[in-house]
Amino acid sequence: MPNSLCRAKRSVSRFLIVGLPLLLILIFLLFPYYWTLITSLKPNRELYSTQVVYWPAEPTLAAYGQLFGQFNFLKPMGNSFVVAMITTALSLTVSMLAAYSFSRFRFRGRKLLMVLFLTNNMFPTVLLLIPLFTIMRQMNLLYTPASLVLSYTTFTIPFSVWLLNGYLNDLPMSLEEAAMVDGANRAQAFTRIILPVLVPCLLATGVYIFMQSWNEYTFAVLFTNDRNRTVPVALKSLIGQFGVQWELLTAGGIITVIPVCVMFFFAQKRLVAGLTSGAVKG
Amino acid sequence: MEFIRKRGRRTNLWPYLLVLPALTVVVCVVFVPILNAVSMSLQNYDLRRPKLISFIGLENYIKLFADRQFIASLYRTALWVVFGVGFQFVFGFALALLLNQEFRGRALARSVSLIPWVTPGVLIALMWRWLLDGNYGVINDLLQKTGITDGNIAFLAARATALPSVILTIVWQGIPFFALMLLAGLQGIAHELYEAADIDGAKSLQKLRFITIPSLKNTIFVTTMLRVIWVANSVDVIFNMTEGGPAYATQTLSVYIYLKANTLNMGYASAMALIMTVLLLGVSIPYLRSMFRDQGV
Repeated sequence: MPNSLCRAKRSVSRFLIVGLPLLLILIFLLFPYYWTLITSLKPNRELYSTQVVYWPAEPTLAAYGQLFGQFNFLKPMGNSFVVAMITTALSLTVSMLAAYSFSRFRFRGRKLLMVLFLTNNMFPTVLLLIPLFTIMRQMNLLYTPASLVLSYTTFTIPFSVWLLNGYLNDLPMSLEEAAMVDGANRAQAFTRIILPVLVPCLLATGVYIFMQSWNEYTFAVLFTNDRNRTVPVALKSLIGQFGVQWELLTAGGIITVIPVCVMFFFAQKRLVAGLTSGAVKG
Repeated sequence: MEFIRKRGRRTNLWPYLLVLPALTVVVCVVFVPILNAVSMSLQNYDLRRPKLISFIGLENYIKLFADRQFIASLYRTALWVVFGVGFQFVFGFALALLLNQEFRGRALARSVSLIPWVTPGVLIALMWRWLLDGNYGVINDLLQKTGITDGNIAFLAARATALPSVILTIVWQGIPFFALMLLAGLQGIAHELYEAADIDGAKSLQKLRFITIPSLKNTIFVTTMLRVIWVANSVDVIFNMTEGGPAYATQTLSVYIYLKANTLNMGYASAMALIMTVLLLGVSIPYLRSMFRDQGV
């Protein structure tokens, strides 16, 4: 008996030290999503009553119908998809080449160039936003997807170079050396040996770029108009002159966050490993 | 290594050619625009009056230091960064320690706790606007049900509560990133250190202070720096919650610059953005130095 009592006491104290605080933090982090989902399912009379309703008595999908019907939310989703895909393809291609160069060659100016890429994320969005706006205007790119793709590369390329360089440094040089001893040239060694191993890392990096482009608002609101606005801008524009329709807005929110969550969960493991390896060293 | 040296001896054009595409894009979208911003900051570059644009020297910069809103927004940025990043660190560290324990469902807990980090800033702003709503907000309801307050508080509409409310939101957004980085750091600490401490009879808090925190020093430093830069630059959360109001109570420097750019006064906005960049560079000198050291510069 005293033994089991002791064990019970220990598990209670463990719950108080680990379980309870963890539960509280997780509730804090996740409750907003629960509330967003619930709000999107509430009929109006439950939404705007003096009594706050924690579980809808008569859940309805009317807000989602309105979102895709009257507000044609698929249009901005398509716009966002196009911008995010082009940004991802462009950033991945040029970053992969640069990262390969930094990882596999030692050449004069290498460090200077690396620093150039690394310090890039120091520049405030608002600093780049202003000149980019006037440049896009002069080049007649304003209100086209190209203006967003180019703006997004300001943060996606430096970041991808850094991430892919880390992944490549973890691949032993002996992989290519063996192939090159066997008579393959460098390009062949890269496409046949390195690229297949690198695919999961490229996917993880690609997911990150896609998420960033999908989520971006600050550039998007200035660089798009009614025809090509992206999801975050469309979401904000659901706030009409007559105040906020919260069931509509929260439905849009749920639809916006689902694609990035799904992608993130698939890429999570390698992405987290790549992101943390730099900061954890030393 | 042999491989590298052999290649390096001849002038090989390949490494340069491989970097060239990325470099070209970055020069065009980052470095040329920065030069452009410098030149705009020296003109009265107001797109509403394009005919009057001319060189005015340092006038924009001189005007800045007499601009009360600029000074006030600097002070607000300091509060926003110190409290925002500070609480992100405290709760992120706690979450990392908890997620490093063994328990059933740990992998799931680790995954779902990262969701705020991948959520768009606009959505975060709108979600919290709704949670904090003065009429139908659930936070008001919970505070009243638990007897902490009586009567609704219009958190985002009152000067006293607006800044703490947006800080709460950015804290919520930033906890996962801190937890993610610190958890990776925790996993890298050798178990032997804790075992040796156990033999010496160390208490949990002593282990935290003498093993965990010193081992995480570098991770804490790098993560904090990244967050400081990120939070100082962030526009979308505040802009979509309060647009800098009420009565400028939440107008940080980046929001002020953004609003000025929205009114197309690009010269003045550029001058402010450049000052902000210099300040950020100043704050992050230790970080830059360590980064250069790691890159072997």
